[in-house]
Amino acid sequence: MSGDLSLAPSATGSAVPAVLRERGQRTVFCGLTGIVWLHRKMQDAFFLVVGSRTCAHLLQSAAGVMIFAEPRFATAIIEERDLAGMADCNDELDRIALQLLERRPEIRTLFLVGSCPSEVIKLDLGKAAQRLDRSLGQGRRVLHYSGSGIETTFTEGEDACLAALVPQMPATASGAAPGLLVVGTLPDVVEDQFRRLFAELGLPEPGWLPARRLADLPAIGPQTRFLLAQPFLGETVRALQDRGARRLDALFPFGAEGTTDWLRAAADAFGVSPMHFNRVVAPGRERAKRAIAHSQAQLSGKRITFLPDSQLEVPLARFLSTELGMVPVEVGTPYLHRDLMARELPLLPIATRLSEGQHVERQLDRVRADRPDLTVCGLGLANPLEAEGLATKWAIELVFSPIHGFDQAGDLADLFARPLRRRDVLRV
Amino acid sequence: MQLAVWTYEGPPHVGAMRVATAMEGVHYVLHAPQGDTYADLLFTMIERRNQRPPVTYTTFQARDLGKDTAALLQDAIREAAERFAPQALLVGASCTAELIQDDPAGLAEALSLPCPVIPLELPSYQRKENWGAAETFYRMVRHLADPAVRPAPREGRRPLANLLGPCALGFRHRDDVVEVVKLLESMGVGVNCVAPLGATPADLRALGRADFNVVLYPEIGAEAARWLGRTFGQPAIDVVPIGVGATRDFIAAVAAVAGVDPAPALATPTSRLPWWSRSVDSTYLTGKRVFIFGDATHAIAAARIAAEELGFTVCGLGCYNREFAREMRAAAAHHGLDPLITDDHLVVEDAIRAAAPELVLGTQMERHIAKRLGLPCAVISAPVHVQDFPARHSPQMGFEGANVIFDTWVHPLVMGLEEHLLTMFRDDFEFSDAAGPSHLAAHAAPVSAPEAVPASHDTIPWTSDAERELRKVPFFVRGKARSNTERFAVLEGRAQIDIATLYDAKAHYAR
Repeated sequence: MSGDLSLAPSATGSAVPAVLRERGQRTVFCGLTGIVWLHRKMQDAFFLVVGSRTCAHLLQSAAGVMIFAEPRFATAIIEERDLAGMADCNDELDRIALQLLERRPEIRTLFLVGSCPSEVIKLDLGKAAQRLDRSLGQGRRVLHYSGSGIETTFTEGEDACLAALVPQMPATASGAAPGLLVVGTLPDVVEDQFRRLFAELGLPEPGWLPARRLADLPAIGPQTRFLLAQPFLGETVRALQDRGARRLDALFPFGAEGTTDWLRAAADAFGVSPMHFNRVVAPGRERAKRAIAHSQAQLSGKRITFLPDSQLEVPLARFLSTELGMVPVEVGTPYLHRDLMARELPLLPIATRLSEGQHVERQLDRVRADRPDLTVCGLGLANPLEAEGLATKWAIELVFSPIHGFDQAGDLADLFARPLRRRDVLRV
Repeated sequence: MQLAVWTYEGPPHVGAMRVATAMEGVHYVLHAPQGDTYADLLFTMIERRNQRPPVTYTTFQARDLGKDTAALLQDAIREAAERFAPQALLVGASCTAELIQDDPAGLAEALSLPCPVIPLELPSYQRKENWGAAETFYRMVRHLADPAVRPAPREGRRPLANLLGPCALGFRHRDDVVEVVKLLESMGVGVNCVAPLGATPADLRALGRADFNVVLYPEIGAEAARWLGRTFGQPAIDVVPIGVGATRDFIAAVAAVAGVDPAPALATPTSRLPWWSRSVDSTYLTGKRVFIFGDATHAIAAARIAAEELGFTVCGLGCYNREFAREMRAAAAHHGLDPLITDDHLVVEDAIRAAAPELVLGTQMERHIAKRLGLPCAVISAPVHVQDFPARHSPQMGFEGANVIFDTWVHPLVMGLEEHLLTMFRDDFEFSDAAGPSHLAAHAAPVSAPEAVPASHDTIPWTSDAERELRKVPFFVRGKARSNTERFAVLEGRAQIDIATLYDAKAHYAR
């Protein structure tokens, strides 16, 4: 665990903060956690993790009460018999898949999700998915991806899942008009808001990845232009580009500015006149600014540190810095996709300490030395830091709550303002 | 492979974490892939601990696998030993690391650390959380207890006991310890060591100083107690003092082993449960059918309380931990039941449905099953959610524990007087279904069509008269009346259910 600590030179061109790269103990979720929100979005899909009791226990801990609502995910727990060769893992998997689909006949897509144990024993879920895909029939398809901790960190589970969907998207007809695609899971309410804005702007009806029903995956081709709604989708971007689609570079749609920039990227690509754009966007943008203002007094000038969690850290720090006057002290992220962050990074104050990866003990030493006004971190760290007198905001809520777009900007700001407000009101 | 949505127990290394977190001066280095740190939040969120669990994970990733995960583990051990300077270090592997077969024991030994290192072998693909906790505690006791430490001569001192089993993330362990210590004090018995909860490795070294052991939670403490019995000749008290009767038995057992007089402990103001249970408002509890499921210790104790102290009829009894199947079988036989020993919550749900209880006592999972079936329920065993790590004092053990249990179990039931009044006034215009939730017009929600009781298909049809009559049955027993009547009609081979069938069924199932 000798963290190779190195200060990488900043990206050439625009001035961006230097990056501290660290390796060591990482207090992060694995990609399996993504199933918790992915299965809510994709209403005709089932996620079958092939893993250990630990994987089942993790999903149970992450999904909380959702687990009692007959969720569309489960774990096929590998047992001693499977490892000892007494049972053939592939036969067992087939048996469980059939058992499952008998119980849930409405399922159209079954994801076999790889875990650390299934990958270490080299169980080939790709082959298993192909085999099941052939044998199940009845318009059902079986796909696979890895959500293991050895391959993926938290939100990268969504990346791996969407990347597995890209080859399933139908091809656009040659000579078709340019189309728009929005990539990344958004809460339905946010998706609907964006849908209305795109329509008012006069943009083509966008496709959504993931679609609410996987039977309706949008078409893709060289004419497709896509916007990323989430920053953690590096693999998916690559897969989309392999099919000829092109990414529209924009800020991520957090806050009034981020959302405006994101919409503008689409408007520019489809030749919407700036006047029309301003007319359509102005009301939402003004609403967002008014909503954000409620948290301004609480947050302005406050110092904030992000510990690595979801890759949302950089765009959120940008939002808090540019629109609320917060001062980012350290912004940690599990991975820094320089391409995808190219618009975001120059907007962070140059004094910001960017860190990629984690050596949790050393990072906590820095937090204690910095004593930021607010620390964004995981649930394993939040209460212990509160007990040390540091105000915290638990990060996972930022992934589960609607925070994108104009009409959530105020809620997003309030997520950070609330812990500080609470400290002010408590007299015990 | 086994299909699972919900598991009663985590993997065994979570059991080891529960022991390490319960103790002080211990650190656990866990060879585990990135992501396994999720388990930290069980302790910081559910149990609301104000410190991180004393666990360092190697959090290896795919890119480390081709290289030297063993070196990663050694670095992690060295760094943890330096940073935390523990009195004892545990090393072990989680399920994935078990597969890559680095040798935590050998690798730790090679570092010649200044503290004792206790390697853990926790077979993740065979065993579960409770076993992991028991094994970890046993290994620690075995490694640390100093065989030279023996009790001082008895003259002029109180007898001393060790309390074994209370742990981090244990259901009411914190408050149970308080109650049992109080109980022992009232008998003139001192406590040498409570472990693992709150103990240090130095405390474990001195376990031999006690005259006997009290095993509060056999799931976690029994293995260590057996070894202590063999090594130090310490007898073990294995009566778990949950319930008034069990607490009295516990006092008698301690008195016999410690050579003290049980009378004062039995005579002091004891629980209110006996009087509460005899008071007339409790008469309606008689023969209420209760289904009990949880860990074996809590389920068996609950069955005794239910039958002997509250006058319920135990209609189902089971546990999820197979290690205690023998004890569970004996207890179930005592209640004239076949035990349900399973870790599949769907099987439990089916069993509850079939037993048609009026009260369910179980874990968090049974709480949700009961909610779905519209049945009252109380929680008696882990796994539990955050609300069952309460701020207030709420033991299960001892006489105060019996008070807590009476309140907890009876509250979800409609109280006797209330039940009587509702039955008496069921046709009263203000209490009828159509009156809405409040009889004060201003607050009453407008009630649209009277609630249609959905008729289950492919069953015998109800006449409209019988349907109307069914609606006069109070809402909280209506579902049961419906299913009983339908079952009875099938039994009797009737073509339709009319009012006579309804009352025939009522007579048939009357007790």
